[in-house]
Amino acid sequence: MSLSQKLSDDLNQRILPLTLPKNNNKKRCEALKRIKAMGLPSRRDEYWKYTNPRLFNDLFSNKNHVLGSDDKLNFDSIGCFKLIFNDGVFDQSSSDSLEGEELELTQISDFSGDTAKWLEAFYGSLEEAGQHPINRPLAKLNTAFATDGLAIRVTGEITKPINIVYNETSNRSDVNLHHCIKLEAGSSLTLIESGSVSTRLNKVTELEVAQDSSFHHVCAQTNNLDKIVSTHLFARLWENSVLKSFTLTTNGALTRNEHVVELKGNNGVSHLAAACIGEGRFHHDDTVFVTHEGTDCESRQVFKKVLKKGAFGIFQGKILVKPGAQKTDGYQISQSLLLDDDSQFLAKPELEIYADDVVCSHGSTSGAIDEEGLFYLRARGVPEDTAKDLLILAFLAEALAEIEDTNISELLLTYLERSL
Amino acid sequence: MLKITNLKVELEEESKEILKGINLEIESGSVHAIMGPNGSGKSTLSYVLSGKKGYKVTNGEVELAGEPILELEPEERAASGLFLAFQYPVEIPGVGNMTFLRTAMNSQRKFRGEAELSAADFLKLVREKAKELKIDAEMLKRPVNVGFSGGEKKRNEILQMALLEPKMCVLDETDSGLDVDAMKLVADGVNALRDKGRSFLVITHYQRLLDHIKPDFVHIMADGRIIKSGGPELALQVENNGYSDLLAEVQ
Repeated sequence: MSLSQKLSDDLNQRILPLTLPKNNNKKRCEALKRIKAMGLPSRRDEYWKYTNPRLFNDLFSNKNHVLGSDDKLNFDSIGCFKLIFNDGVFDQSSSDSLEGEELELTQISDFSGDTAKWLEAFYGSLEEAGQHPINRPLAKLNTAFATDGLAIRVTGEITKPINIVYNETSNRSDVNLHHCIKLEAGSSLTLIESGSVSTRLNKVTELEVAQDSSFHHVCAQTNNLDKIVSTHLFARLWENSVLKSFTLTTNGALTRNEHVVELKGNNGVSHLAAACIGEGRFHHDDTVFVTHEGTDCESRQVFKKVLKKGAFGIFQGKILVKPGAQKTDGYQISQSLLLDDDSQFLAKPELEIYADDVVCSHGSTSGAIDEEGLFYLRARGVPEDTAKDLLILAFLAEALAEIEDTNISELLLTYLERSL
Repeated sequence: MLKITNLKVELEEESKEILKGINLEIESGSVHAIMGPNGSGKSTLSYVLSGKKGYKVTNGEVELAGEPILELEPEERAASGLFLAFQYPVEIPGVGNMTFLRTAMNSQRKFRGEAELSAADFLKLVREKAKELKIDAEMLKRPVNVGFSGGEKKRNEILQMALLEPKMCVLDETDSGLDVDAMKLVADGVNALRDKGRSFLVITHYQRLLDHIKPDFVHIMADGRIIKSGGPELALQVENNGYSDLLAEVQ
């Protein structure tokens, strides 16, 4: 059997149990056609070299799966509008009303063409743009088969953060979730995602941030246990717009978070940050692609991983500065703290620059706990374990500092303090 | 307070003997100074006392207030009342100075079975002690020693000493990297802590620190041994003639 035949068979097997939803059928048919042409990810692909996509590609299996249950982290003290999902399905009746806020909220599963007209063109469009120059087959698969997700169009300043709370009640769930978020000019929204969606999750978020608007995003993947998680954030930023996205991951068997950001307008700001702590059978992959097209844009990538007992961390981060994207200020740092000799961190920073008046810097480090710092703390009476925890939190602090709202970063820090 | 008996120490990685039989007894409330040329083992002594990794004790005993301490972890020694003021205080990015001070204080109190300090009581105490040492509030907010000048780092050491109230303070070249004014400030901080129940071991190259912190006894250390002990006049002798006369005398 030829390789292409095998890949095609794998894909057919993968999509066999899935049905193409009726809503936005034209986009979904196109996506299906595209995924058939590109096939599932394989380790031969440059950006899948360090992460085996098998668990994403295989038929879903839920053997020995433990439900994600984590009551230690909630954002109630922040004061949020809560939107509830159960096993990947939006539960409107349990969710807070957003009446009076300057936004439209629809479910993509409800989308018929009469409601949320904008969604017809929007759905799948940023994902498709993000397929160049690198194929992202899992996102394409999601666009074809996603069963639910929110479509949010924001037209003003939303008074409180929106907290999407995912609850998991069944251990049989394999969910494709797709959110579409559009911020119209001059609007702003803080979105927090928390909880565990399903045993295996494929989540795509398409985000457009129009002129003079800002989007703050905090995603807490904190109760992942044996979870297999793939997420994509496709973001497009216009003039004077701001995107700040932070992801926290603890535990989880396999997590791959892809951020694809296009800075289309001038003076845009994109800050992407993540912190993760994992041990044992923990494979965590951050794959980032930031494209500068407008002038005077600033992009930051701050990624930190704490790995122990054989955990595996990957960072692939690219900054592409297109011709004419002058006065670009790009910064990227990826760091790992390896708590033992069995853990590994692989980093692939990439800069591709076609403009001549830019500042771009990148750095990557891997290291153990600083023995001098540890001794200093112990010499002051701090027990070894507490001292190590303090140093771990200190290591992650730079990523947490990227969160705009300090109430949220402090809440996450307290959570980490308790869970270490 | 501190009794060191025939202490012999090797580097763990290469069997090189650094301390070759140190004997020293420091009574409660007294100030002893150790002077000596580079490489004589002064800093090693301070590290071995505080329990730093990388050293192997091949012989001897160290007792703090009558209890042997060489088997104890660094944090246990600290909680038992031993304090090392570092020659090079370590910078710890990401750990706030206040968090650090509070964690250290409460860890020690917990170890000794005392109640932990509340946030408010702690804050009051820190502010009071910091003021005496001319440490401004801004410095307390910053990460531990990060971006501190040499003088600020040493003052931060003395602040920790003032808060933790140890019984036995070892000052490892606290004067290094300090200008005259900063040295005076640090010395004043130390002098304020002099007390009947508290002893000091001041390690230094130069006599000038001892102008400000007046020792009861001075010991000269060379090649891993204490070669001569005496009163404060010994420090003046070193200042005037250097170490070579003393070394020659012993040989």
